Parts: sequence; C-alpha cells; structure tokens
Amino acid sequence: MDTTPNPTASAAAGAEINELETRDMLLNIGPAHPAMHGIIRIVAKLDGEEIKDAEVEIGYLHRAFEKMAETVDYNGVIPYTDRLNYVSPLINNMGYCMAVEKLLGISVPERCHYVRVILSEISRITDHLTCVGATAMELGAFTVFLYMIKAREFLWDLVEKVTGARLTVTYCRVGGVKADLPDDFVQPCLEAFKETRKVLAESRQLLERNRIFVDRVEGTGVISADDAIAYGITGPFLRATGADYDVRKDCPYAVYDRLSFEIPVGSRGDNMDRFLVRMEEMEQSMLIVEQALREIPPGPILVDVETGRPIPAAEMVDLAKVGNIAAIQGGCAVACPTLEGSGRDKHLSIATGEKRVVLPPKEDGYGNIEGLMQQFKLVMMGHGIRPPKGEVYFPVEGANGELGFYVVSDGSESAYRVRVRPPCFAIMSALPQMIVGGMMADVVPTFGSVNMIGGELDR
Amino acid sequence: MNPSELIEAIQGRFPDAVTQSHAWRGDATLVLRSEFLVEVARYLKEAPALGMNFLMDLTAVDYSTFGKKPALGFFSSSGVGVRSPAQIPDPDPWPGPPGRSRFAVVYHFFSTAHKHRLRLVVPVEESEASVDSLTDLWPGANWLEREAWDMFGIEFRGHPDLKRILMYEGFEGHPLRKDYPVNKRQPLIGPVN
Repeated sequence: MDTTPNPTASAAAGAEINELETRDMLLNIGPAHPAMHGIIRIVAKLDGEEIKDAEVEIGYLHRAFEKMAETVDYNGVIPYTDRLNYVSPLINNMGYCMAVEKLLGISVPERCHYVRVILSEISRITDHLTCVGATAMELGAFTVFLYMIKAREFLWDLVEKVTGARLTVTYCRVGGVKADLPDDFVQPCLEAFKETRKVLAESRQLLERNRIFVDRVEGTGVISADDAIAYGITGPFLRATGADYDVRKDCPYAVYDRLSFEIPVGSRGDNMDRFLVRMEEMEQSMLIVEQALREIPPGPILVDVETGRPIPAAEMVDLAKVGNIAAIQGGCAVACPTLEGSGRDKHLSIATGEKRVVLPPKEDGYGNIEGLMQQFKLVMMGHGIRPPKGEVYFPVEGANGELGFYVVSDGSESAYRVRVRPPCFAIMSALPQMIVGGMMADVVPTFGSVNMIGGELDR
Repeated sequence: MNPSELIEAIQGRFPDAVTQSHAWRGDATLVLRSEFLVEVARYLKEAPALGMNFLMDLTAVDYSTFGKKPALGFFSSSGVGVRSPAQIPDPDPWPGPPGRSRFAVVYHFFSTAHKHRLRLVVPVEESEASVDSLTDLWPGANWLEREAWDMFGIEFRGHPDLKRILMYEGFEGHPLRKDYPVNKRQPLIGPVN
C-alpha cells in the first residue's frame, strides 16, 4: 500500500485555499495487539477515524496441521485436532473421528453418540462464553468477562472430570471415545448449568441495557444474509443475519435428529444480533445436554465393577505372562486413573465392535492372546487403522460454524490428505468488507464477534 | 435431490464436461474437465433445482504418490501371508483418483434450500497447473484459492490478488505438495512491506 498523499485530496486543496490538505494514514492493528485475539494483522487505511481500506493478513499461527496429519496414523491426528479450535476441542475431535468413521463405513454405539453430543454441546457453551466475554471486556465491561470465565471454569471442571484434561482433551477415538462418562456426572453437570444460567442472567442485565455496550454493538459490522452466504459464512455469524442454516438441523449427525432444540436467528446481521444469537445458543445447548442426559441409554454391563475382583494392571500383566489366565478371569484391571471408564464393563457401550479400529479393553489386552493381537495390530508401527481407498467430507456444527473434514485415504495406515474447513476462515475473509466505511472504534466489537481462533484459522 | 439424482441432473446437462462420477459413501462427486468449471459452477449456483448457494470448501490434493507407499507384509503367526484390511474386496469400491493428472482441485458445494451437497473434482496437470477462478461467483473463493495457490502452487486464472496467505512472501516451494519434505526448514524472514 502506498503512503503518498492522496492526489485528489491535494488537488482539491490547491484549488481551494481554505480546505486543509489531508492524507491517508496507514495503521497496523496487530499482529500483537490486546484486541487481536491471537495473532493477526489488519492494515487499515484511515481518513481521520474512518476506515477507507483494509487488508487482513493471517498465517502467523500456521503449524502445518494438514501436512503433519499425513505423517501420523489415523488416531495420531486427534491430538492435533485439539489444537485447531482450542476453546472447543471436543467438537474438533468429534468432527475428525466421524469423518474417518464415514470413510471406514462404521458407526459407534448409541450411548457413545450421546456422550459425544453432550460433550460437544458443553464445549459450544464454553466457546460462546469466551467469545462474548472477551468482546464485552474489550468494550469496557470487564466484570462480564470475569463472570463468564467463572462460568467457563465450572464447565471445564466437567470436561476435566470426563476427559482428564481441560484444554487438550484428545477424548474421541476413531470408533468410539476414550472412556465412558463417570458415574457421578449428572449431578455436577446440572449444578454447573445452574451456575452458568445465573451468570448468563447477570451478564444480560449488565450488557443488554448498558448504554456503552449497546451503542457500540448496535448497527456496527453489518453484513447481509446474501453476502454472508456468498462468503461461505456459517454458524452464529450467519444466523444473526436471518439465514437459519445449522448443520445440526439441516444435515443431522449423531443423535441430533432425536433431540428437540431451537435455532435462534437474528434479523439485522450486526454485532448486537450476533451477541444475542450466541447468548440464546448457550441456553439451547444446555437444554440439549439436559435432554441427552435424560435419554442416554445405559451401556451393556459385562463385568460388574463392584463385584468383579479388581487386580492391579501390573499384576495382571505378570499373571498373564506366565499363562495364569484362570487367576485373572472375571477380574477387572485397576489401571492408572487416566484409563478410568474404559474397562471391559464399559467398553462395548463407548466403542464400536469393529476390532480393526478400536483398541481392546485393557483386561483383554493383558489377559488373552486375541486382545493382545488386536492391540498389537493397531498400535505397532506399520499397522494401525487401514480404511479402504476413498475420499469423504463430513461436516459438524462447530462453535463458529460448519467445521468440515475432508479425508482422502490410499489404504495405508496414515491419511493421504486431511483437509479441515475452518469456520472462521470464511468470516475473516469477509472482515474487510464489514469494517471498511466504518469507524476505527467499530473494528473492536466487529472483530470480537468474529470469534477468530488462530488455531483453526491458520492451522 | 439425493446424490444419484444430482449426478444425473448435471451429467445430463453437461455430457461433455463430466468424465467420471460416483457417490461413494453418499458423497455425490463429479470429475470435471477444467475448461467447463466456471460454466458448471454458474449453473449449480443459478439453476433453481440445484440452488448451490454455498461454496463450502475449496482445496486440492496432490495425487503424485497415491498408492505408492511400500506395502508392508502381513503375516499370521504361522508365517502365512494374510491380506491387509485394505485388500479385502469391497462390494462398493471407490473408483480411484481422478485420471492420471498430478493434482485435483476439490470443490464442495452446498444448497441451503435443498440441503444437498456436491463435490466437484477438477484434475490439473503439473505442467499447466491452473484453473479458472470462481471469485466472480463467490467472493469467499478469494481466500480459499489463495490458500490452494500457497499450499499446492495451483494458479487460478482471473483471481484478483493471487498471493500467499498462510506462508510468508519469501517462502520457497509449496508445502502440501508430496515432494516437499516434512522436516525441511527455511529461514524465516521478516515481513516484506
């Protein structure tokens, strides 16, 4: 971009002596700027406070996700997907695993579908809380940010209870999930929702009639439904314009077609509508989880954990090594706490029965030759999951919009090509259109409502 | 429309353009000659029966090493060779990569009115790695095409500003090509402007 004085402006100044000469100013917003969540650079051409032109530069967080996915086996990609949208990693896990399952032509047990739905809806709430909270903070409402992060903490406690981690969860597996929900999950979950609802009500009171907040978000960053669709924008950002596309309703996956929920839509496509849509979606997500917790089918129980004789895993290995199978029959392995919920009693309800895809329960891996071979064939170098040759595209509704995985397999143990369609990529490409012609100060709420996540944008 | 109806509708309208089609795993897929791309894409967008208003995704695949990975021996415990799962006959096999071209540009379309999806695959030769740009039809194609250029070095004719997007301007090569080594390092230079 040039920094020379605007020729038309200087010509006008020459003609009329009273008019002051103006020149455009180039302003770099970012890459490291408190209002740029993550690292991104907006080069704005300013005429006073007004933005005349803008260019968005991305790629500062490029980590070669798609290249790395070609070098590891199918389950090895899952930790990388955690780091795409790191505010709602469970949805990424689910999207990737369902794409590979489509490639393999398998499905997971019903209970496993419910578990995935429950956790991805909890993740959606944490994502929206982060987005709304951070936007509010940038507009001066620091209290709201603290309240929302508090609520997110309650939900992340739930996630930690199930997965063992808060952020990089790596919970889904191709053909199942790592472990079943813990036995005492329902009560803490309902309590966390109670707290979250309280926080949402408080935040609504603090923001919806707040003069500073409303003045800055109403009527700024406007985009029409047609423009949004032409740019490929999906998710809450699209729904705020009035188009009601939601993958969960329009191309239902897992068990979303059995759950009843509403898709909130806006009408004006400005920052206010995006805020309201996200607030309502959180409520809907909580309703989905509550419904799913009521409807989730109990899993088949093969060994009762209470009566089955617990044997420490190391001891089980020793007994198995000397062939003393009788001693470990009917027992259940007491493994390290991270393996809780993946024992033989739970295994059939959380993972598909396809032996070429999922690891056996630890009891079988230690206790019998079939289990050992199944484990071996999946984890040893050069073995692993081998889907047939083919290509599939599978979309799920991420917190920012349609999150699609396009996977090409050449029949070997690692994917030939993994492509992720990141939802905020499309929104970022439309950002210049939304901020040009507006005031400099409007960049902050508009950019906040994009919910740019560097991990999925730059991959 | 269901996948097979979609394929028929487009094949009937453009018999010369479509070289191959399949609906493997329910994904309607058409392999298209590159000269017909813009025409077909415009038809997809404007025909009311198709109504593909979304260009959901645009990417490319480098098929140069497809199926060339050294096959590992599979042996049972008695030493008899067994088939790997990939060799077990599939009643409904995938027809394979599109043609002999090195690259394939892959487009995913979606219609909000009819809720159907379609994949277009356009094979591209290495010697003449370029296809027409869809930026006139979908402004969202702008960044997606820049990414495909950045990662694969495929040119998009008629693109308003075809430059790198994720990598920096001084970067050499196109990292998602199969001949670009995973562990290759390049000096990171500062921003050019």
